Amino acid sequence: MVKRIIVGAHYGTRDWLAQRITAAIMAVYTLLALAIMPSRASSYEAWKALFAQGWMRIATLLFFASLAWHAWVGVRDILMDYVKHDGLRLGLQVLTVLLLAGYVSWTIDILWR
Amino acid sequence: MSSAAAKKQRPKYLSLPAILFQIRLPLPGWVSILHRISGALLVFPFVAWGLYLLDLSLRSEQGFSHVREYLAMPVAKLGLLLCLWAACHHFCAGIRYLFLDLNKGIELRPARISAGLVIVLGLVLTAFFAAKLW
Repeated sequence: MVKRIIVGAHYGTRDWLAQRITAAIMAVYTLLALAIMPSRASSYEAWKALFAQGWMRIATLLFFASLAWHAWVGVRDILMDYVKHDGLRLGLQVLTVLLLAGYVSWTIDILWR
Repeated sequence: MSSAAAKKQRPKYLSLPAILFQIRLPLPGWVSILHRISGALLVFPFVAWGLYLLDLSLRSEQGFSHVREYLAMPVAKLGLLLCLWAACHHFCAGIRYLFLDLNKGIELRPARISAGLVIVLGLVLTAFFAAKLW
């Protein structure tokens, strides 16, 4: 008799955790942005100076990288629930990955120009 | 082989039309579906829109003032309002889910109350930020 222990791939737990950690990172950045951005948005010089600082660039990139990971888990869940056609779902998932990878690349391009 | 129970018609999954028109959702259900809708809206188009505006605003002095003029347009303001709501609702509902994950507020009554609170708070915050921007 073959004894089989049924275990999952555990990517569900990993994604669940990742979605929550990335959410926390984005929440902290959002509160930070709400605190410092309004006063810096009054002039181009102040706005530019804010995003010229190293920590702001890193924090902003961290935000968008978190967003991409968070959104990937979320969009994948939505697609798995509502799109029943395998080919269409795969196509939409590929599009999502491209879109999110594009967002992160665009962020890097904006911040380190 | 096929018993009566197996033949019984039952929904295999909750389709979007079923959620919208056939099932009367309880309040936490509304928070859940609005969390998905707002999340999807943020992924596209609002993050793309935000990055476009950030790009333009940091590109040059002209770009910066262009963004200000652009966001003053009524159509852009309408879009911004929807974007604000999506962000505020998604934020509040997300915080609620973090508490639910910690088994806080999972009984029926607290869950209903917090769900109602999330929907109201999402709208109140939207109104607050909209008022600040105008």
